[in-house]
Amino acid sequence: MPPQTLFDRIWSSHVVVEPAGEPALLYVDLHLIHEVTSPQAFESLRLAGRRVRRPDLSVATMDHNVPTEEGPVTDPLARRQLDALRQNCEEFGVPLYATGSGREGIVHVIGPELGISQPGMTIVCGDSHTSTHGAFGALAFGIGTSEVEHVLATQTLPQRKPKSMRVTFDGELPPGVAAKDMILAAIGQAGISGGVGYVVEYAGPAIRGLSMESRMTVCNMSIEWGARAGMIAPDDTTFTYMQGRPGAPASGDEWERALEQWRSLATDPEATFDRELSVDASKLAPQVTWGTNPEMVVPVHGAVPDPADYDDPGERDAVERALTYMDLAPGTKIEDITVDRVFIGSCTNARIEDLRTAAAVVSGKHVHPTVRALVVPGSAGVKRQAEDEGLDRIFTAAGFEWRRAGCSMCLGMNPDILQPGERCASTSNRNFEGRQGQGGRTHLVSPALAAAAALAGHFVAPQVVEAA
Amino acid sequence: MKPFRRVTARAAVLNRADVDTDQIIPKQFLKRIERTGYGEFLFFDWMKRPDFELRRPEYADAKILLTGRNFGSGSSREHAAWALQDYGFEVVIAPSLGDIFHTNCLKIGLVPIVLPEQDVETLMQAVVGGGSLTVDLETQEITGPAELFVPFELEPFARESLLQGLDDIALTLKREEQITDFERSHTARVDTSALPV
Repeated sequence: MPPQTLFDRIWSSHVVVEPAGEPALLYVDLHLIHEVTSPQAFESLRLAGRRVRRPDLSVATMDHNVPTEEGPVTDPLARRQLDALRQNCEEFGVPLYATGSGREGIVHVIGPELGISQPGMTIVCGDSHTSTHGAFGALAFGIGTSEVEHVLATQTLPQRKPKSMRVTFDGELPPGVAAKDMILAAIGQAGISGGVGYVVEYAGPAIRGLSMESRMTVCNMSIEWGARAGMIAPDDTTFTYMQGRPGAPASGDEWERALEQWRSLATDPEATFDRELSVDASKLAPQVTWGTNPEMVVPVHGAVPDPADYDDPGERDAVERALTYMDLAPGTKIEDITVDRVFIGSCTNARIEDLRTAAAVVSGKHVHPTVRALVVPGSAGVKRQAEDEGLDRIFTAAGFEWRRAGCSMCLGMNPDILQPGERCASTSNRNFEGRQGQGGRTHLVSPALAAAAALAGHFVAPQVVEAA
Repeated sequence: MKPFRRVTARAAVLNRADVDTDQIIPKQFLKRIERTGYGEFLFFDWMKRPDFELRRPEYADAKILLTGRNFGSGSSREHAAWALQDYGFEVVIAPSLGDIFHTNCLKIGLVPIVLPEQDVETLMQAVVGGGSLTVDLETQEITGPAELFVPFELEPFARESLLQGLDDIALTLKREEQITDFERSHTARVDTSALPV
C-alpha cells in the first residue's frame, strides 16, 4: 500500500461506495445537531415521510440562541426554535442535551467532553466550526441544512475528496504565546481563502506540545481560512484526555483495542500532501485582529496598517473599508486601542484551560472602570468544573459577569450583543462586520490578551499587566 | 429542487472579495424555522446604505450575481443561499466560493459558477451599467452583449443534478443495501443513546 496521510486513512475507511462519475458516499460516525440549522431538515424529513436512520449516532444540544442569564427564554423566535428542536428530537428519537440538563453546552465543547469525538471518526454538524473535533484526529467538517437532512436520512454524505495540506509549526512556542496566536498568525500568513478546498493537518513540535484544549482552538479556526477541515494526529495527549469520559471506550480490553487502532492512524513519514506550509512558532507573538476578517491581524506590539502601503487596488479598498468600519486610523498602535467590552467564550476559547488562563491574569485585580466584561463557559460541564476550582469567584471579584453556557456573544443570536460602535476584545473566531451585534467592532485575541485588555481598558500583552 | 437549464436576465455586480455569509444574511434571521422568506433580509445591513451596489436601479430584477473571490465564506448557514435564491438570484458567478456555501448552492439549485478572475472581470465590465447575460447550463456557456462569450465548466455530476433537479437523498436511499452492508463491517464507534442523561 502506498504511504498514506491521516486524512487518507479516515477517508478510505469511510467510503461506502464510489460509483463511476459520482461523488463518494461517505459514512458518518457522529452527527451533532443544534437548534439553528436543523429545524428545516427535520421538517423536510417529516414531509417526505423519512426517518432518522441512526439516532444512536446523533446527539443534539441547545447552544446558539440560549440566553446566558438565569431565567426563561424571552425572545419568542428563539423559544420557538428551541421548542422545535425538543419536539424534533422526541419525534425522531434523537438524544438531546437541553438547557438545564447539566450537560448542555456549545456543540463543539460537549462532543469532546462526552468522549464521543474520537480519533479516526467522521464527524459532521450543521456548523462551520465542526473542524474543532479534528483535534482528536477525526475528519470533522461543517455542513449546510440540506446536508444535515441527508445525514439524518441516510447516515452518509456524497462528497468529493478534498485536497490535502500540511501546516507544520516548527520550533518552540515562546512563553505567553497561545494556540489562538498560532492559528491567527497562520491565517494572517496564508490569507482567509488560503485553505479553500483543502483538509489541513497541523503538525510539528509546537503542535505536539499543545494540550487538547489548545489543539481544539487551532482546529476550530480552520474554517476561518476556508479549509474544509483541520486535524491533528492523535497521541498520548489525546488518549489521556479521552480516558474515562462517558462516551469513550471502556477501560480494559476495549480501551486497549481502541488505542492500538488510534495509534495506527498517523500520517506515514513518506506520505505526501498536495500543499505544505510552515510557520516558525518560535518567532510568534500574541496576535490581535484589527479588521473585519481573521486575516487582518498583527502582533500586539504592532500597528494598524496603512491602505497606502497596498499596491493591489482590491486589497487597498478592502483595508480602507475595514478601517472605516472599525473606526481606526492607519498607523494606530494596537496597544493604544481602547475597548468597551471583553468577551471570554465561544467554541474557540471557552474550555477549562482557557478560563484558567484568563483567571490567572485577572486574579486579585479589577476590570477597568469603562469596560464591561463577560465570561461564558463553553458548557455546563466547564462551568461546573470552573466553579469547583473557584474560577468563578476570581472572575466575579475582578468585576467580570459569570454566565451560563452557550455561544453567546460570539455571534449574538441571544441577548448578549454589542451596541453599535462598541469595541470588543473577544476570544471568539470571527470579526466580520456586525458579527457580535450590528455596528459592533470585534478584535479577536487569546484568553490571556482578552483578560489583560479587560484590566487595562486597552490592548496590552499580559505580562505588562502583571508587572504593573 | 427545481431543474435549471438556462436563464437570460440582468446581472448585478458586487465587486468585492471575501463577502461572508454573516453579511449575506445576519444572525438575527437565523431564528426562523422556515425555509422560505429570507429574500427581504438579504444583505440586511448593507442594504441600508444608499450607495450599496444591489440597490442600483439597473440591478433591479437581476437573476445573476457577479461577485469577487471567496464569496460566501464563513458560517455554514444555508440561509445565505436561501436568501439569495428567494431574492431572485438563480446564478452566482465568482472567482472562488466558500466550500460549504458552494455545496449549499448546489443542494438548492442556485447555480454556482467558478471562473478565472479575468473572466469574471470581463463579465462585470460587460454589464456593470446594467445589462443582461445568458447562462446556459446545458452548453456551459455564458453569452452577452457585443458577442460576449465565456465558457464555464461544472463538475459533471453536479451539472446533471442541477439540470434534472435531482433529489440526492432519494438517490442515496437507493443505495440502502450498500449502506447496511457497510454498517455490518464498520462497527459503530459511539452509542449516543447510552450516554448519561
